[in-house]
Amino acid sequence: MQGIYEFVRGPLLWVTFVVFIGGSLYRLISMYYLARKKEAFIFSYLSLKYSLRSILHWIIPFASANMRQRPIMTVMSFLFHICLLVTPIFLLSHIILWDESWNLSWWALPDWIADIMALVVIGACIFFFFRRQILPEVKYVTSTADYVILAITAAPFITGFLAYHQWIEYRTMLILHILSGETMLMAIPFTRLVHMFYFWFTRAYMGSEFGGVRHARDW
Amino acid sequence: MAVPATKLKEKKEIIDVGLEEGAARLTYEKIEQVINRVITGEMAARMKVYVDTCIHCGMCSTACHYYLSHGTPEWAPVGKVKQTMWEILEKKGKVSPEFIKRASIIASTECNVCRRCSMYCPYGIDIAYIMATVRRICHLLGVTPQYIQDTAHSHSATMNQMWVKEDEWIDTLQWQEGEAQAELPSLRIALDKEGADIMYSVIGPEPKFRAQLIYQAAILMTAAGVDWTMPAGPGWDNSDMAMFTGDFEIMGRVKRTHFEAAANLRVKKIVMGECGHAFRSVYDVGNRWLGWKMPPIPVIHATQFYYELLKEGKIKIARKLKEPVTLHDPCNIVRGRGLHEMMRYLVNATCENFVEMYPNREQNHCCCAGGGVINCGPPWKTKRVESNSIKAEQLAATGVHICIAPCHNCHGGLDDIINTYKLNMHTMFFIDVLMKTMEIPDSLKA
Repeated sequence: MQGIYEFVRGPLLWVTFVVFIGGSLYRLISMYYLARKKEAFIFSYLSLKYSLRSILHWIIPFASANMRQRPIMTVMSFLFHICLLVTPIFLLSHIILWDESWNLSWWALPDWIADIMALVVIGACIFFFFRRQILPEVKYVTSTADYVILAITAAPFITGFLAYHQWIEYRTMLILHILSGETMLMAIPFTRLVHMFYFWFTRAYMGSEFGGVRHARDW
Repeated sequence: MAVPATKLKEKKEIIDVGLEEGAARLTYEKIEQVINRVITGEMAARMKVYVDTCIHCGMCSTACHYYLSHGTPEWAPVGKVKQTMWEILEKKGKVSPEFIKRASIIASTECNVCRRCSMYCPYGIDIAYIMATVRRICHLLGVTPQYIQDTAHSHSATMNQMWVKEDEWIDTLQWQEGEAQAELPSLRIALDKEGADIMYSVIGPEPKFRAQLIYQAAILMTAAGVDWTMPAGPGWDNSDMAMFTGDFEIMGRVKRTHFEAAANLRVKKIVMGECGHAFRSVYDVGNRWLGWKMPPIPVIHATQFYYELLKEGKIKIARKLKEPVTLHDPCNIVRGRGLHEMMRYLVNATCENFVEMYPNREQNHCCCAGGGVINCGPPWKTKRVESNSIKAEQLAATGVHICIAPCHNCHGGLDDIINTYKLNMHTMFFIDVLMKTMEIPDSLKA
């Protein structure tokens, strides 16, 4: 058991960082070069002002007409994304690991808040799961891959929550937690989780087209 | 037991010779070869990023009038992408002729490329671009609905959409000039006048079916004292169905001819009649295909031209329309050019009682005729009208009898909806409204 722990905490973590950072850079840079080579016009239309205008309207809750028409989905997806990003970065136990390894530390969330935020992520994943099952227009376009990436995203939070509360054998849960976290990070560049990076560019381009060429709002 | 006639009607498959015969000529090898040529040669970062980013959330569905009218998932924008592009990419082009036929039906008759869904997608994925690419593939495979293919042939052979011959074009203009001179004796429709300020261009269907619009434009130009001209030869038609079939090579030829006509006449700008798709072609799509970031010669849509004439005091309103009116925002000049506020200025300047329809401006529901769908012709008419009951509801809710729609395709689509759903309404162009409301200087009158 100790051996597995040492492995996932040590070498596998390095592999994860290399795959996550390297893979993400590869996706972004290769797309940049492909666009430069074959769709260079995209860059001539990009406008900082209209990119930001578009991004802002879509990262502020209820700033777009579509979000206002779907209040539950809007609240759930904003809560989900905020908790998903903030919890792992500001979790005390994670910061302690950073501190032990790199002597880096920063402000931490109180544990009880982090606990709630993990539950929010899990709850949102359940919501998304049932949304895929129930809404015909979502079910129609859902494939196994959609459930897999939902599971990949939910797993670190479920295992982390269980490990923290130590309801099930702690060591096993901790190893599963680290493994699932590593899986998620490594999956980001190579699955549709890559929308984490692409979002900014697709929005910027659509925003620039709508703002700069079409003089219309895209929200 | 006999099936009730209504059931039979519902189940009846629409037969389109262009699709049937096109698909019959296909082989698996040809399909795979053409698709891979498009994937490697024409698609690049945009398509990859769009397909990889789409998280299958279905939030685009309520943007689409087809989905809002039918309510089932295969009509949602992402549902249509799933049935076409995802499958094409996943199978790397190994799809059947039957699949291509179905893809052509979806892309050409179940999507108006109105871009409302692009505005509803949280990522801003250009779904209209994806559907246009499906049309492009179908075009290269020769599987395009027959009626719209015929208009593309006409563009190719005559540089106009309606097989109008050069003498017929000139004759039509002279006929309208003669008619209009009965009203304003000094009126001229000057052909090929070099150095005029403005080249006025129209779509092929104007001389063919709606020649009175040219008459009215001539009255407006004369009353406003504008120095204008129209080309006598090719280039007079600004329309472009090749853009909608995915025949970008023809599109490029047609657009180049249009710009060259203006360049040869050394005009300062092009003013286009009240047409939406033509504006999209000249301002957004065709110019880019030719390598121009923006049109090489300034192009303005008729509504913007009227707005400027009113603002500058070149035309004056003598009496406003008393009847309540509503305004339909055409996709290609609103989501495509943001002319919605100028149009509202025009409505308020010319009409006493303006009733907004909801949603409006960029959020307006499509007419379901644009994007080449009405041009797919009679076989598809019933489906097109049934697929836009949401528009009928939106129009009916205004409770008015006049709908201003500054776009030819919108007119056709809205008229069919109004007739089918018995809405007791009629459509008007802005020029129709101006003819009833603007002041004609006494010095010009007969």
